[in-house]
Amino acid sequence: MDILIQQVVSGLATGGIYASLALALVMIYQATDVVNFAQGEMAMFSTYLAWSMLQAGLPYWVAFSATVTIAFVGGLLLERIVIRPVEGAPVLTIVIVTLGLLVIFNSVAGWIYSYIQKPFPSPFPSTPIKIGNVVFGAHDLGAIGITLLVLVLLFLFFRFTTLGLAMRAAAQNPVSSRLCGIRVSWMLGLGWGLAAAFGAVAGMMVAPVVFLDPNMMGGIQLYAFAAATVGGFSSPVGAVVGGILVGVTENLVGTYVSFIGTELKLTVALAMIIIVLLVRPTGLFGRTVVKRV
Amino acid sequence: MAARGGTAAEPKPAHAAGAAISAPARAGRWLGPIALVALIAFALALPAFVSGFRLYQFTQVLIYAIALLGLNMLTGFNGQISLGHGAFYGIGAYTAAIMMDRWNVSYVWTIPTAGLICLIVGFLFGRPALRLEGLYLALATFSLALAVPQVLKYFEEWTGGSQGIVLTKPMAPFGLKLTEDQWVYLFTLGVTLVLFALAWNLLRGRVGRALVAIRDNHIAAEAMGINNALYKSVTFGVSAAYTGIAGALSALAVAFVAPDTFNVFLSITLLTGIVIGGFATISGAIWGALFIQFVPNWAQDISKAAPWAIFGLFLIGFMYVMPRGIAGFLHMLWIRLSRSAVGRGKGR
Repeated sequence: MDILIQQVVSGLATGGIYASLALALVMIYQATDVVNFAQGEMAMFSTYLAWSMLQAGLPYWVAFSATVTIAFVGGLLLERIVIRPVEGAPVLTIVIVTLGLLVIFNSVAGWIYSYIQKPFPSPFPSTPIKIGNVVFGAHDLGAIGITLLVLVLLFLFFRFTTLGLAMRAAAQNPVSSRLCGIRVSWMLGLGWGLAAAFGAVAGMMVAPVVFLDPNMMGGIQLYAFAAATVGGFSSPVGAVVGGILVGVTENLVGTYVSFIGTELKLTVALAMIIIVLLVRPTGLFGRTVVKRV
Repeated sequence: MAARGGTAAEPKPAHAAGAAISAPARAGRWLGPIALVALIAFALALPAFVSGFRLYQFTQVLIYAIALLGLNMLTGFNGQISLGHGAFYGIGAYTAAIMMDRWNVSYVWTIPTAGLICLIVGFLFGRPALRLEGLYLALATFSLALAVPQVLKYFEEWTGGSQGIVLTKPMAPFGLKLTEDQWVYLFTLGVTLVLFALAWNLLRGRVGRALVAIRDNHIAAEAMGINNALYKSVTFGVSAAYTGIAGALSALAVAFVAPDTFNVFLSITLLTGIVIGGFATISGAIWGALFIQFVPNWAQDISKAAPWAIFGLFLIGFMYVMPRGIAGFLHMLWIRLSRSAVGRGKGR
């Protein structure tokens, strides 16, 4: 029983990380209808920026907020400069552009910082917290807490601010929003900025666990895709629940189903994607989009 | 897309008609076949001029061209986005490798078998994927691409695990005085020509129009009597078969297969190839193949430190300058230059 609880807890921790990246994916998808393949690499790059600042001797939380701010501005600029020219192009063209960004970020990070893994500090104490026989890593709990905090902030922003309302409107019906005086194009930019900022948070939370290297986001991005699919691409809450579900399932299946072990762990996440897509293509929390013919 | 490029209906001022137009129009009718014959002649003569690694690169271009043609059928003509064709490429390569290594089957038979197996796998995968559209299909196929290397490693007994399988290159038959590389090149060229001819017949006629109709408006297509489900899943199968054959040929050309060659980046590269080459065009497969084979090398020459950054810049730059790919760009250029009705159908 203790092992079960332990596995669930560590599943929750990894799930929290998947959830925050999935959240970033869902946000860009909702605001722009584009899946940003460079999301993970943008997060990785932001984390390297944080690492540089920490090396320069800045206190953790100063570096943290500076990184989030830079990521926000960077995401906004990327949309304005790189994505804007292809805004009206077919989806595949935009997909290729984000793939281009993916390889650029990956390669530039490797060039500047080399491919050697670097340890990244956690802001939380390293002593584990013990309740009964179950051990909670302080960093894991902190990562979950921060993910939840981000989600609440996001919810409040979209639900109670005019800007949040404008962003939702711009995504849902660009033409009418434009007629109401919303600057739709800038709303897309803001969406990218916010997503980049959340990606940066995710990166800084995951780096102490997997170590910092230019390819660290590869696997995680995948699980984030799985999480977003399971939860539904149209629902931020779904992304978080999906992330946690994927994290926990992955851990439990890896522990209890012997032929899967760690070798086929990734395949489990993928099987989850396919099953959800077949049974309920919009995801657990997604809404079915009714299209007019 | 490019298929709709015909400008035949464009009205012309009466005095401009006649000689001014008919000359390029006549030229235009012959230009296609002449260019095609020249291209084939060039491809046949190539082993006389280049050898070794350079020739291997051109073999790889042909192989990519087959795979891209397969993917373009599915994604370009039929509108089903696949981020998982690297998986079929891998299945094809392993089919060939296992047959040759474990059962000592002649390499000639591995090509149709790889095609057949991928046809079946692709059809079976395409069947449930019928319910998925756009992004969701992209994700499902993406997960296929990710799963395949792991599964290949898991069945170590057959696939040799992460060590892969080492093969021997086929010898030229009938006592021809050709090196192994030259023979593999010519063999690949033959397969490529057959497959392109088949695809050309398939896509230029009724079937091709049905595929495009499904892509553009599947409800209207259904109303016109096209069996959407059948067409879509068969297209998935045929597309997978093309890519599988390409994979089998690559196993011959490289003489080695390993699971990590068929990772998700291969799938992404293939998708990049069709978009750069020209969405929903046949000639685009060749342009795209040239791009994905040679541009990474040039990028390496430009910057040793960050070659992929250069490649990424190329990608984005191409999308800005030629949003319809190289074939689409050439098509537009041709129309601009001739400024008459001759451009019809050149886009492919």
